[in-house]
Amino acid sequence: MIAGIMPQAEFVHWWFATGFLMLGLVLFSEALVGPEVWGRRPWRKYIWPGLCFVMGILMWPVMTFFTNSAIHMVAHGSWAEFLMFCGAAELGVARGKLHSQYWRLASSLALIVSGTAFLVHEQNHWLFARAAFLHHTLGWTALVFAAFPLMLALRPRSMFAASGFATFFIVLAVLLYCDRDVAPIFGHLSQFAGPQHR
Amino acid sequence: MSADFAHRLRRHEDDAAAAARSRALRARIVMALGPATMLAGMIWAVAQPWRLTLLHPHGQGFWWLVVEPPLYVIGVGLLFRLVIAPGAVEDLEREP
Repeated sequence: MIAGIMPQAEFVHWWFATGFLMLGLVLFSEALVGPEVWGRRPWRKYIWPGLCFVMGILMWPVMTFFTNSAIHMVAHGSWAEFLMFCGAAELGVARGKLHSQYWRLASSLALIVSGTAFLVHEQNHWLFARAAFLHHTLGWTALVFAAFPLMLALRPRSMFAASGFATFFIVLAVLLYCDRDVAPIFGHLSQFAGPQHR
Repeated sequence: MSADFAHRLRRHEDDAAAAARSRALRARIVMALGPATMLAGMIWAVAQPWRLTLLHPHGQGFWWLVVEPPLYVIGVGLLFRLVIAPGAVEDLEREP
């Protein structure tokens, strides 16, 4: 009965994609106008860290209700923890409680842990099904893009690094929007993946 | 006016003009982010109309009717354009 009223996993991925898309747009505009201009209205400084923290909180029910194996649960738990950690560190910087520019390393660490969790918890090969392909792509994307917040920690005013970090969230959103419960990828769908949906 | 002073004044004017051009370009990009996102959502809706179950609601369950991803993309673009972009551009244009 509960399964009947629960949204499907792909819907949850699309909701998170929507949140990440907003994060990407906010970070991209912050990169374009610069941190000083962005900080002129105090509420604006809290948008991205606040959204990141809230998404971390929302990841916990996803971990509880949408995971069907221990490794899957651990992966979702690590995303929840690191979204909250990254959001909390950036909230501390925005509020002025944390001063060091090196708190930006929290975002880099979050991407490294998240990317590793994607790669470790995907047991199938790239072309097994669309979900497997997306997990591999998301994992490597997160690991590669972790360089951008690292650059931001070293050069906080770099527009290139800030734009790269924003681009990560837009790419993440696009990849999550591509998710389907069971679907082929480039015409490949393993017979072990189950019947294709929609 | 000495040639040196005139040269420095000219360089200062050139720098100010370049900074103004850069600000205008950045402002235009920020204002375009929302509409570009909305356009992406519309292209998705046209390319995959079956993703918009509101267009053919018969036999669809509650969640399939609530979850309309192309509309989410359009909504994000609209929200960004109406709530975030105007203030950011206004503050950017006030830059000395």
